[in-house]
Amino acid sequence: MNENKVLHSVAALFDTPDKIINAARKVKDAGYTMFDVNTSYPVHGMDKAMGLGQSKIGYVTLFFGFAGAVFIFLFMGWSMAINYPYIVGGKPFFPYQAFIPITFEVTVLCGSIATVVGMLAVFFNLPFLSHPIHGSNYIKEVSVDKFGVVIEAEDPLFDKNKVFEFFKNLGAGKIEFIYEPEKQAIKILQPKFIVFLAVVAALTSFSTYFTLNKLMYIVPFNWMDNQKKSNPQSETNFFYDGYAMRTPVEGTVARGFMPYPFHEQALPSEPLANPTLPTKQILKIGQEKFLTFCSPCHGNYAEGVSRLMGQFPPGPTLHSAKIIGYSDGMIYNIITNGQNAMPSYAYQIPREQRWAIIDYIRVLQRAQNPKPSDFQAIKELNKESGKNVVN
Amino acid sequence: MSSTEIGYIRKELPEKIKTIGLTLFVVGTALGIIGFLIDPQRASLSYLVTFMFLVSIGVGSLFLVALEYAVGADWSTPFRRISEFLAAVIPFLIILVIPLLFNLKYIFPWTHKSIVDSSVMLKGKTPYLNVPFFIIRSIGIFLIWWVFYYFIIRNSRKQDTTKDQYLTKKNINISSGFIPVFGISITAIAFDWMMSLEPNWFSTIFGVYYFSGTVWCALAALTLIVILLNEHGYLHSKIKSEHYYTLGLLMFAFTVFWAYIAFSQYLLIWYADLPDETIWFMHRWVGGWKVVSLAIVFTHFIFPFFYLLSYNVKMQAKKLKFIAIWILCAHFLDLYWLVMPGMSTNGYQYSFSWMDLVFPVAAVGLIILIFKSLSHKYNLLPIGDPKLQRGLDFHL
Ligand code: HEC
Repeated sequence: MNENKVLHSVAALFDTPDKIINAARKVKDAGYTMFDVNTSYPVHGMDKAMGLGQSKIGYVTLFFGFAGAVFIFLFMGWSMAINYPYIVGGKPFFPYQAFIPITFEVTVLCGSIATVVGMLAVFFNLPFLSHPIHGSNYIKEVSVDKFGVVIEAEDPLFDKNKVFEFFKNLGAGKIEFIYEPEKQAIKILQPKFIVFLAVVAALTSFSTYFTLNKLMYIVPFNWMDNQKKSNPQSETNFFYDGYAMRTPVEGTVARGFMPYPFHEQALPSEPLANPTLPTKQILKIGQEKFLTFCSPCHGNYAEGVSRLMGQFPPGPTLHSAKIIGYSDGMIYNIITNGQNAMPSYAYQIPREQRWAIIDYIRVLQRAQNPKPSDFQAIKELNKESGKNVVN
Repeated sequence: MSSTEIGYIRKELPEKIKTIGLTLFVVGTALGIIGFLIDPQRASLSYLVTFMFLVSIGVGSLFLVALEYAVGADWSTPFRRISEFLAAVIPFLIILVIPLLFNLKYIFPWTHKSIVDSSVMLKGKTPYLNVPFFIIRSIGIFLIWWVFYYFIIRNSRKQDTTKDQYLTKKNINISSGFIPVFGISITAIAFDWMMSLEPNWFSTIFGVYYFSGTVWCALAALTLIVILLNEHGYLHSKIKSEHYYTLGLLMFAFTVFWAYIAFSQYLLIWYADLPDETIWFMHRWVGGWKVVSLAIVFTHFIFPFFYLLSYNVKMQAKKLKFIAIWILCAHFLDLYWLVMPGMSTNGYQYSFSWMDLVFPVAAVGLIILIFKSLSHKYNLLPIGDPKLQRGLDFHL
């Protein structure tokens, strides 16, 4: 035995489960606290004999299981009913029945992952790379057919010779002194090991893929996969032109959509009414879209100052008496179809936004030619809010 | 009194129990007969609920016995006899079913020609749903159960005196044969006696639904009786809280299993939303039935689940007794909920009746009487079973 090594523990081996239970009980009764039992399979009744209380791991499982359940239930509710309300299969926005299977599964998932992680991290004190008993003869025996108990040197009652005598009296088969190992570099970061992990990962992925997608792809059970239907963007010989996707019948109108009645006509033959009200919200949209689409040619305030530096015929001012006199429908027609050098904006700007732009142009025009009553109104607004509303 | 080497001291159950059993049975039966005379239609339906409850106890207990043999469990060997005594309800089923067979027209809409003729679906089902075949099926299944019961129980009892280990092996074989037969037959019984109350409706999982409740109920009855007997020293001093814990664990497992099955049935019907299928739940969602449906969710799953979740509860005899009684009541409520709302399909209006409470009283009396008389003749522990000692020494 090497004298300059530090003693870690004394270990004793027993032959039968009954003897180890008895030994564990005696060790506990003798007042030792820092001891452990190693058996090659779970021995029933051991927890009691060792005087271990009820494990706390159940609370970890309980907490994370319920936390997972509550989280996923609320998350599904939020995403389906609040964030992106969407009808699926004619069910209500909050189809809690449909959430239950997933809630159940996430409960199990969170509970079990938390149990394993909690067990490793909290209860097993991992990462814990090497335990002194790992190198011993003792661990070899208990992992085959023996049952062993170790008392650690850190136990307050520990005394090398007394423990030895104690084990002998209990009828231990073999008694071994276990020493602390010398400090070793951490093996886990060696390149060999990392390559090994990568190979294992690759092999596992491949074999999983192969088994699930190739080997177990049994032909009779793919009713869902092979349905008698054509998928979008695919070929079919059902239609004469070979396209699975059909274009709607000429003149089809989408639900809730009102077609523009004056398409490709120079002027609307009768005035179109502006369906929007110049509310603050609408004007905000109008302003944004005007600045994006119209201001490069017509100027930020529609005053006809182009930013295009003569590369394109400048847009005229929209404050002329002629434009002020235009009906909303007329301007709408110009935005939609374009006019001479001005291109059509029908494809860039949705219809509601075109009307919003017109509302905004009306505001700009009014701002250029204010009425006395406008000044009065602004003054009152300023007084109320304490800031300059004109901006 | 006799003592054995495993330390079981046989004691006679007090005579008082017989008196209680007899009183309950006689009073219940007498009132039940009056019920049948006054209103045979309502009485048959009440009787059906209780009958299904007795089927649950009887065949559920036999299943537990067979399960123990088949999987080689030893923790439950010390109280396998209790399940065997409860399974003794099975031979009585053949007699108990007779009042129902004479009143089929009050129970099942498909026995009326006019109703069958009005529905294409029912016409298609007549090869299966017709009175002669129905009676043959039911009696046949009860007979098959009885045969299995007879052989398993005979071997088990013989072992008490012969101590022949080979009998255990024999029973393992019989049990392994019984379990698949049980699976099919319990489905047929559930389909015939409860699903066909609303014959247009069908659910393939219905048999599993009834099975889950059956085993749950048999476990609760077992737990209750084991704890009561053991507390008064009729069983064995080595039967302790760790045995109770395992019973509690199984009850917990079947609580979850039932919920899983019940929800599986509901979810698919809810998703597909087909009138033919949803009608069954609609019948259980009108008026007061809505409250009963919600009460089932609570009493059959939520409460027992959270109650039995705790380790400490499962270790305490008193708390387990409480939940065992709760489970028996919840299972009865479940059966009531399965049977009664279907009445409207047969053209009757549901209303609560005193008869609903009379028959269960008689049933409890009957079980007590059977139990008492069997415990008079046989040991409460299978003293010849080779697994018994291990079962008594059971640790967690
Ligand atoms: C590419 C530069 C350009 C852009 C961008 C542009 N315009 Fe024009 N716009 C013009 C030109 C050039 C004319 C003069 C066309 C003509 O000669 O009749 C014009 C004419 C007009 C007229 C008619 C003026 C008149 O005197 O008949 C209106 C109204 C008008 N634009 C509104 C808009 C609006 C609203 C937008 C934003 C959606 C917009 N324009 C975007 C270049 C532009």
